Amino acid sequence: MAIVTITKDNFQSEVLEAKGAVLLDFWAAWCGPCRMLSPLIDQIAAEMPELKVGKINTDEQEELAERFQIMTIPTLMVFKDGQPVNKSIGVIPKAAIAKLVE
Amino acid sequence: MIDIAIIGGGPAGLSAGLYAARAGMKTVLLEQFVPGGQAAQILTLENYPGFPAGIDGPALTMAIAEQAQHAGMEIEYRTVNSIRRADGGHFRLISDDGELTARAVIIASGAIPRKLGVAREKELTGRGVSYCATCDGAFFKGKRVAVVGGGDTALTDALVLANYAEKVYLIHRRDAWRGSPRLAERVQAQPKIEPLLKRTVQQLLGDDKLSGLLLRDSASGLETTIEVEGLFVAVGISPVSEFVAGLLEQNASGQIITDRKLQSSVPGIFAAGDVRDTLLRQVITAAADGALAATMAAEYLLDNQ
Repeated sequence: MAIVTITKDNFQSEVLEAKGAVLLDFWAAWCGPCRMLSPLIDQIAAEMPELKVGKINTDEQEELAERFQIMTIPTLMVFKDGQPVNKSIGVIPKAAIAKLVE
Repeated sequence: MIDIAIIGGGPAGLSAGLYAARAGMKTVLLEQFVPGGQAAQILTLENYPGFPAGIDGPALTMAIAEQAQHAGMEIEYRTVNSIRRADGGHFRLISDDGELTARAVIIASGAIPRKLGVAREKELTGRGVSYCATCDGAFFKGKRVAVVGGGDTALTDALVLANYAEKVYLIHRRDAWRGSPRLAERVQAQPKIEPLLKRTVQQLLGDDKLSGLLLRDSASGLETTIEVEGLFVAVGISPVSEFVAGLLEQNASGQIITDRKLQSSVPGIFAAGDVRDTLLRQVITAAADGALAATMAAEYLLDNQ
């Protein structure tokens, strides 16, 4: 599935009202480790077409970062049927990302 | 059968791959994430020769990766959990996705930020404890934070954080900074930064997120608490070498000890870059290590047909 840019305006419709799993990547341009994780998220999105993947730029979406108490990036969150079910901090291998969304 | 397996895809591993492939060796590089290593996290490298205006870290490492792959190096995405000796002087590289066998190995697994080593550090990571001030500084706008460390990274982190935070404590166990005098002067001139020298962090306070630190004055032994919501740890880097613990000789910090050929205590296993016991940890020295290790590994294979 195509990767969606998540903002405070579309969060409700794209994440909370989404059926099934949504993987969210909280990132920012000036975050080095985020640059390492980002291509892995792209690969996961390409390999798991049933999974919805969203990226949240914490620099532009301060409200969302605050709402989910993001204090370090990259942070990954998984929502299932609108409920947060998993969270992971820092760069993790691809297999670990896949496990997170299972 | 792989001739030369390289563990880690930073500048050391990629340069080793380039040289090994050009030496006609069947070369496979094993990487857990994406190639680039620590260098890929640097926005502008200002001291890599040949780029007077500086170069983007990921751009440089992607270019080396492309060059090495063009020369014949292959990349496999997997995490090596351990190395075992096999028959015929070969090495088995064990990972979750199975095993690979190689005739020679170059360990270029690099380094990661060192932990402070205080109780509950892991639990509070992402809940106030951070290892990247440029990444996470913006989450502490108008708040009180602390940096622990005394080198260039700690001084730079304190300066970066002063742009966001209301107050930055800079905690160092010694009585003077280890970092450059120029940075120390800038720290001194920044009114938001309060240096706390000869102090160590004894305890992280706060239940579900960090709320303060218990510090100990190493001279008087007196303990004090400070209120902070963020703690940025900048106490150096530690090598990624646990997966070869017990297999080959390492120094007290876990860095792999090598000879002038960059060969470890196990013949046929070489080390390059930040994981090695070396005196300078830069992109250029990592690249140089990779070239030397690959050349020596190729020579080792020719001598041990």
